[in-house]
Amino acid sequence: MAEALEILFTASFWVAAIRIASPLIFATMGELICERAGVLNLGIEGIMVAGAFTGWFTVYSGGDLWTGIAVAAATGAAFGLLHGTLTVPLGLSQHVVGIGITLLATSLTYFTYRLALPEVTSPPKIDSFQPLEIPLLSDIPLVGPALFAQTPFTYLAFVTVAVVGWVLYRTPLGLAVRAVGENPAAVEAQGIGVTATRIGAVMAGSALMAVGGAFLTMSAFNSFFFEMVNGRGWICIALVVFGSWRPGKALLGAVLFAAFDAYQVRLQQVTGGVIPYQLFLMLPYVLSVLALILVARRATYPKALMIPYQKGER
Amino acid sequence: MRLEPKSAPSLAATLAYPAGAILATMAIAAILVLAAGASPLSVFALVAKGAAGSQFALLETLTRATPLIFTGLAVAVAFRAKLWNIGAEAQLYAGAIVTVVLGTGALPLPAIVLIPLIMLAAMTAGALLLLGPAFLKTRLGVDEVVTTLLLNFIMLLVVSMLLEGVLKDPMGLGWPQSERVIAEAKLPRIVSGKRLHYGFVIAVIAALWVWVIMKKTALGYEMRAVGHNPAAARFAGIPVNTVLMKTALLSGGLAALAGFSEVSGLKGNLTLDLSPGFGYTGIVVAMLAMLNPLGVIAAAIFVAGIFVGADAMSRTADVPSYIANVMTATALLTMVTAIMLTRYRIRWR
Repeated sequence: MAEALEILFTASFWVAAIRIASPLIFATMGELICERAGVLNLGIEGIMVAGAFTGWFTVYSGGDLWTGIAVAAATGAAFGLLHGTLTVPLGLSQHVVGIGITLLATSLTYFTYRLALPEVTSPPKIDSFQPLEIPLLSDIPLVGPALFAQTPFTYLAFVTVAVVGWVLYRTPLGLAVRAVGENPAAVEAQGIGVTATRIGAVMAGSALMAVGGAFLTMSAFNSFFFEMVNGRGWICIALVVFGSWRPGKALLGAVLFAAFDAYQVRLQQVTGGVIPYQLFLMLPYVLSVLALILVARRATYPKALMIPYQKGER
Repeated sequence: MRLEPKSAPSLAATLAYPAGAILATMAIAAILVLAAGASPLSVFALVAKGAAGSQFALLETLTRATPLIFTGLAVAVAFRAKLWNIGAEAQLYAGAIVTVVLGTGALPLPAIVLIPLIMLAAMTAGALLLLGPAFLKTRLGVDEVVTTLLLNFIMLLVVSMLLEGVLKDPMGLGWPQSERVIAEAKLPRIVSGKRLHYGFVIAVIAALWVWVIMKKTALGYEMRAVGHNPAAARFAGIPVNTVLMKTALLSGGLAALAGFSEVSGLKGNLTLDLSPGFGYTGIVVAMLAMLNPLGVIAAAIFVAGIFVGADAMSRTADVPSYIANVMTATALLTMVTAIMLTRYRIRWR
């Protein structure tokens, strides 16, 4: 029992928690932007797969790491454009289109992977992002290694939350994005295009989802393999609800969730195989469901979420 | 731009747009084939030959279509009532687990009793599995998309745990697989020596049964009403939550039959790769069928043909068989667009 508690006081645990949180932070911010604009984006899982591949493949083909992130973001934005076009002006079911985008992005990625690397048996590795210790700050016990000795990609995740929060709440653009998700008719009356705002938000959000996927191949695992996203996208959708559609709360949710995930891995080693390992692996998914149940009663969805907007229609 | 409802879509338009969707899908596939350095026409010919070019190919396609009919029906029923069941994969595995639990010798009964009993138990398991998310949706307002999706991952880990624990085949040489079902729990083959089994017949009967429920019963009417406009349905005195729960039971039960039929008719035992995504592909099947239960049969055979044909094609041509997944995903997106275009006119002003 003491051993189970000791885990919480090891630096490696907190380092792992922040590392596990990083891809979730990007993708959760992406989904949050889409939903604040009134569009549920179930393409998230597939878009993360696509971003994981294109980011990794760019570096594998000789590009530098930051170019890899940019290419992943562009990939995500492209799928976002497709999702936005089908769900916003055409008003198709956001559920069906989202699942379709996930299936399409995943299968296109696997097809391209097989085409580009037909003969490989073990996935090739790339030189990924390395930890960058911030002088002085990284010497603080526990907090230092966890927050200030991570890779630049992780720092980018935290910067992203700050930027998303600032744009959403402090700029006219953010106001427009939030307003099209609450009361699109009022936005239209102000002379702002609802369709363009929503498509733009879905593209930006999808770009972040793809960057989240790229984190897996460029800062966590160093190579691309099938099934690597493994439901993280769906967990991010739960995290958005858990975070009440607010960037700060969603960040907190992602870190809490990741800490739990890092904890179960270490707890497995402490319990030494008495409990089937599958039960531990199940915990993150079970926890996501529980989190949804917990906040369900007081969840305040963006009012126009999943409601297509037609100009001049009441 | 804006969308205007068409008063009565002409027959030509009803057929032209879906045909256009198929053509667009083929065009995108052709681009991918060209990218792989092969000729689209010869690759399409190979896919068609692999799917329907011989008696063997045709029977293989029908075999592959069998689980897709069940999952397609499960999705069609649920989506009709706007219950977003994305968890057919998990319900399939629930059915498969029940099949090996009851079918590996625990019940020494003749086939005529044992098989219906297993089917009933499998359906119950799948139904109960979806009842949870449906309950959370109707009582607490928890979105069923996320809960059913997450259950897919949880269920696969449950299967893995069972296959390394209580359901592990002692003769399995360490592989995570269950014991094989006894002869009395096996669905017979339709053509001896071929893989097509009576699961296909059960699937077709299930489609007819669901069609009758949807078109001829009060429940079917209520499900459509709830899916069309829950507020209006409630105003008209339809017990919306009860209808959603019944829909969940039906949908989960149908998906579980896919697991039963794969174990009992084809594989003989439970493994972790029993379903290569039949639950997710069921969504494509249901949408291609425009949620019509009888259309599900045709759509499942079409989708199965693409997969079986692409498998055969990739053995001779240098085009990855994942092209089948790309084609079905593209078909899903183009088809929902086509259906919309048959009903609405786009005005560019």
